[in-house]
Amino acid sequence: MKRYVIISFLAVAAPAHAMHISEGILPLGWATLWFALAVPFVALGCRELKRLSQVDLAMKPLVGLLAAVVFIISCMPIPVPTAGTCSHPCGTAISAILVGPFVSVLISTVALLIQALVMAHGGLTTLGADIVSMGIVGSFAGYGTFKGLRRFGASLGVAAFCAGVLTDWATYMTTSLELATGIRGSEPFLPLFTKIMIAFIPTQLPLGLLEGAMTAGMVTLLARKRPDLLVRMRLMKQQEIADARS
Amino acid sequence: MPDRKRRLKILLLHMILLPTLIYTLSFFSLAPKSWTGVDEAVVEKVAKEHGREAKPPLINTEQGDLLLFIFLLGGAVGGFAGGYCWRMLVSEKKAPPQNTKDKP
Repeated sequence: MKRYVIISFLAVAAPAHAMHISEGILPLGWATLWFALAVPFVALGCRELKRLSQVDLAMKPLVGLLAAVVFIISCMPIPVPTAGTCSHPCGTAISAILVGPFVSVLISTVALLIQALVMAHGGLTTLGADIVSMGIVGSFAGYGTFKGLRRFGASLGVAAFCAGVLTDWATYMTTSLELATGIRGSEPFLPLFTKIMIAFIPTQLPLGLLEGAMTAGMVTLLARKRPDLLVRMRLMKQQEIADARS
Repeated sequence: MPDRKRRLKILLLHMILLPTLIYTLSFFSLAPKSWTGVDEAVVEKVAKEHGREAKPPLINTEQGDLLLFIFLLGGAVGGFAGGYCWRMLVSEKKAPPQNTKDKP
């Protein structure tokens, strides 16, 4: 069944344009500001990846694999019948949970850059804004939610679900903010920001829930099939695996 | 032969299920007017209302075989990097040779 679904998706794959802000939408000043905000996070992501791969060389292929996952998920068009539009999940929740938020920012940057270069999916001048919304805010929202809920004793599935949902919603909230600040001119900020956010709700409310379910599914599947990976990433303790098996 | 029959059944199942799923999914993505991306329905629409319109991409990959060339280039670079790092990625690091000479 899984094979059918994958083949069917590949056969009808078309780029979905959603949170990616197109070329020329943001004024140059704002586009530069978002770039300036994104650069330190990307640099810290590179440093974190270097540190992690010095400890464990297997990190590099895992990060490469996650980059492919984020690339595919963030250009996968999903029709939302309640809104009559298409949009896509972000995929940054799973990468942030597995390899941490900074490396997840780097992963998103690579995915967004390839999409902008090859598929005209998001602009090159607006890449900084897209990195901030999907990479930085999405990753940190997902990672923070997951870690916070786990600290309060939530199960892996519940924590991952909430992380996925909040990643998606936080990403689109940031896109609304970027757009409102960039295009408002002399208009007041808040009404425009609210208007854009409300316009996103019919599509992103169900898609956020889908992203949550997807993230929870991936994390629980990993916990069942490759618990050693989750222990290595400090997402689970060895004791928890032993308890689950007994 | 039961094994042959089983294979035939699987093949038939593939032949029926796969086109059905492709048709169902393509129905969603090929619908002419609706199912537009939210960037068109929300981002570009609101931006246009405020006097900002999306510009054509800086690198237009829809020109000729440019996209194909980019994929070729990406494949070549990726293949080279993968091949170059292959042994480092897949083989275990050898432990440093131990001093076998017995000390007096």
